[in-house]
Amino acid sequence: MTLDLPLIWAGLIAVAVLLYVLLDGFDLGVGILFPFAKSPKDRDAMMNSIAPVWDGNETWLVLGGGGLFAAFPLAYGVLAPALYLPLILMLLALILRGVAFEFRLHGRQRGKAFWTAAFAGGSLLATVAQGLVLGGFIQGVVVRDGRFAGQPFDWLTPYSLLVAAGLVAGYALLGACWLVWKTEDELHGDARRWAWISGAATAGLLAAVSVATLIVHPRVAARWGFEGGHFSQNLLPFLPIPILGAAGLLIVAEGLRRREHGMPYAGAALVFLSGYLGLAVGFFPYIVPYAVDFRMAANADNALALMLVGVGVMLPLILGYTAWVYWLFRGKVWGDAGYH
Amino acid sequence: MNFDADLLARLQFAFTIAFHIIFPSFTIGLASFLAVLEGLWLTTRRPVFRNLYLFWVKVFALSFGMGVVSGVVMSYEIGTNWAEFAKASAPVIGPLLAFEVLTAFFLEASFLGVMLFGWRRVGPGLHFLATLLVAVGTLVSAFWIISANSWMQHPTGFVELADGSLRATDWMAVIFSPTFASRFVHMSLAAYLTTALAVGAASAWALLKDDDQPESRMALRMAIGMFAIVAPLQLLAGHESGKMVLEHQPLKTAAIEAYWRTGPDQPQSLVGLPDRDAGKTHLEVAVPGVGNLIQGVPKDRVLQGLDAFPRADWPVVGLVYWSFRLMVGLGLAMIALGGWGAWLMARKRLDQSVWFLRAAVAMGPAGFVAVIAGWIVAEVGRQPWTIYGVLRTADSASPVGAGQVSASLLAFMVIYAIVFSAGAVYILRLIDKGPEPGPEPLPSGDGRAPGTALAAVPPEPEA
Repeated sequence: MTLDLPLIWAGLIAVAVLLYVLLDGFDLGVGILFPFAKSPKDRDAMMNSIAPVWDGNETWLVLGGGGLFAAFPLAYGVLAPALYLPLILMLLALILRGVAFEFRLHGRQRGKAFWTAAFAGGSLLATVAQGLVLGGFIQGVVVRDGRFAGQPFDWLTPYSLLVAAGLVAGYALLGACWLVWKTEDELHGDARRWAWISGAATAGLLAAVSVATLIVHPRVAARWGFEGGHFSQNLLPFLPIPILGAAGLLIVAEGLRRREHGMPYAGAALVFLSGYLGLAVGFFPYIVPYAVDFRMAANADNALALMLVGVGVMLPLILGYTAWVYWLFRGKVWGDAGYH
Repeated sequence: MNFDADLLARLQFAFTIAFHIIFPSFTIGLASFLAVLEGLWLTTRRPVFRNLYLFWVKVFALSFGMGVVSGVVMSYEIGTNWAEFAKASAPVIGPLLAFEVLTAFFLEASFLGVMLFGWRRVGPGLHFLATLLVAVGTLVSAFWIISANSWMQHPTGFVELADGSLRATDWMAVIFSPTFASRFVHMSLAAYLTTALAVGAASAWALLKDDDQPESRMALRMAIGMFAIVAPLQLLAGHESGKMVLEHQPLKTAAIEAYWRTGPDQPQSLVGLPDRDAGKTHLEVAVPGVGNLIQGVPKDRVLQGLDAFPRADWPVVGLVYWSFRLMVGLGLAMIALGGWGAWLMARKRLDQSVWFLRAAVAMGPAGFVAVIAGWIVAEVGRQPWTIYGVLRTADSASPVGAGQVSASLLAFMVIYAIVFSAGAVYILRLIDKGPEPGPEPLPSGDGRAPGTALAAVPPEPEA
C-alpha cells in the first residue's frame, strides 16, 4: 500500500491552521477585548488567563508557516510574496503584543500604559492582518511560471476587508467565551455581555462573508451549487456545514442564556469549524487559489515521508502535553497567578 | 528582481536575524543555568540557589519572550523575501525546519508556561522537569537550525535533478553535514559563554555596590567557573570550525585572513584595512611565516588566496576580516577574564578585587557582540551563495519590489528599536535591583514540605 503523502500533508496543515485559529484565536480575542475592561485588575486577570498558554498557541502559527515551507514549498514561495504586506503587518503586530505579556509587568506607569495599549492594538492589528491574508487567499493569487506575478496590493479589496472584520468579530467571540469560562464575578458578567455582542456581530458578518463569497467568486459559488441566481441540488452534500455553523451560534446563545461557563466556548469553536470547512470546500484542491493545487505544490515524496514519521511520533506527544498544560491551568484564573 | 530589492532583502534578513540571535544565544545558556540552579536547590536546600533561580527566571522570561516573537518572523520571512530559496531548498532542509518546530518549539513554549506560572500547581519534581525540558528544547532547537545552516554552508547528501530541483539522497548526510558537528559545538559553547558573561557582569555589579550578598557571590563564582573552562574550550572549538572552513570554503578563509594571493607559507595578518578594490591590505601589521601554522597545516601547503576566485564572488572582505578579529579578540579577553578570576578565587581574594569586578561588568555584553561578529563571519563570508556552490543569493530572492522591502525594513527597525530598548531597560533595571534574599522556608503544616521549590511562593489564595 502506498500512502497518498500530499493528501495526508494537506490534511495535517489544515488541522494545524484550524488548531491555530481556535487556540490563538481566543488569546488574540482577549487582546481585542482589552480596551473594554473596566479596571486594571480586570485587565490583569484577563492577561493571567492566557499568559501560561499563549506561547504554545502561537507555535501552531509557526507550524503553519514552517509546515507549508516544508510540505508545500511552491505554495509557501507563492503565497508569502503575494501576501507580503499583510504578513509583515501580522508579524510586527504579534511582536508588540507578544512582548507585552512580560513588559507590562515591568513597566512603570507610562511604560505599563504603553504596553497595555500595545497588547490591545497588536492583537487587533494581527487579527486584521490575518483576515486580510485570508481574504487575499480566497480571492486567488496571480501566478506565472511558479512565481507570484501580481501586484503588491492585490490582497486589498472590499471583500478582504469584510473578511478581516468578520475575523475580528470571531476572535472577539472566542476571547469573550474563553473569559466566560475562566473568570468570575464582575469580569465574568462583562465577558458574557461581550460574548452576546461579538456573537451577534460574528453571525452577521459570517452571513455577509458567505453571501459576498458567492457573489464575488463564481468558482466557489459553482462548488456550492449556486449558479444563475439559485441553488441546485449540488448544495446538498455541503448543507451540513452551514447547519453546523447555525448550531454553533445557537449553542453560544443557549449557553449564555443558561449561564453555562464552558458551553459558549464549545459553540464558538463549532462556528469556527463551520466557517473553516465552508472555505475549505470552496477552494479544495487548490492550495494557491486558483492556480496551484496541493499535488503540484507538494514537496518531494522522500521529504514528506520523513516528516510524516516525525509527525507520527511527535504530534501525539505535543497534543498530549498541550492538553496536560491546559488541564494543569484549569479552573478560574486568580488575580495573582504569576511568578513575579 | 533588481539589485536594490536584493540588497534590501539581505539587509532586512541580516537585521532581523542579528536581532533574533541575541536572545537564543542568551536563553540557551540561561535555561541550562536555571536547570542547574533548581537542581542544586532541590538537592542542597540552600536558599541562595532558590533566590538566584527566582531572580534569573524573570530575566529569562523577558528574553525568551523577545526571542519567541523575533523567531516567528524568521519562519515567514524566508517565504516573503526568499521565496526562490525556499522552493529550491525545501526538498532537502524542509524536514529539518519542520523537526525544529515539532521537537523544540512546542516543547519550549508549553513547558515555559509551567516553569513560569506552575509554581503552585505542580510539585517540585515536576517543576524541575519543566525547567529541564525548556533547557533541552533550547538546545534541540539550536541543533536543527545549525544543522540546516551547516547544510547551506556545505551541502551534502543530495542530488540535482534534470529540472534543476534538489532531492535528498541521504538524510544522515543532510542532517550531519561535514561542518555541522564543529559548528554546533561552537554555537552552543558561545551561548553558554554569553550567558556566563551576562550573569558574571550582573553579579559583579551587585558586589561592587555591596559585597555582602551571598547570591551574587555564588553566581559570580559559577560564572567564573564557566569562563575558565568554556572559554579555552571555545578556542579549540573555533579552531576546529576554522579548519572546516579552510577545507570546504577556502574563499571564506581567504577573506577572513585577507590572503590576497595563492601560495604556500601565508603570513598571519593581525590588523589592517583590507581594500577589496585594490586587492591589498593597507596599513597591515602581519607576522610572516606563521599563517599556515595557525591554520593547522604544514608550511609548504599552498593556501588559496582571493585571487584564486572570480572577483565577482568575493565577499565583503573588510567586514569578514574585522568581524573575525573582533570575535577572536573578545574570545581571548574571555579566556583572560576566566584565568584572572580563577586565580583570584584560588587566593580567596575575589570579592575584594574591585578591578576584577569592574572588568567582569565591562565584559558583560562581550558574548553578544562576539556571537553577532561570528555570525557575520559565517554568513557574509559565504556570499554570494545561499546554498554554497548550488544557489546564488541573487537567484534566491522573492519577486517583490524594493518599495515593499524597504517599507517593511523600516517598520522592523522602528518596532525592534522600541522593543529592544524597552526590553534592555527592564532587564537592566532588574539586574540593578539584583536578587532578593527570599523568605525563610514556610513552616510545615500548610501541606507542603519546607524547603521545596513550592515553599518559595506564598500559598494560593482561597478559590
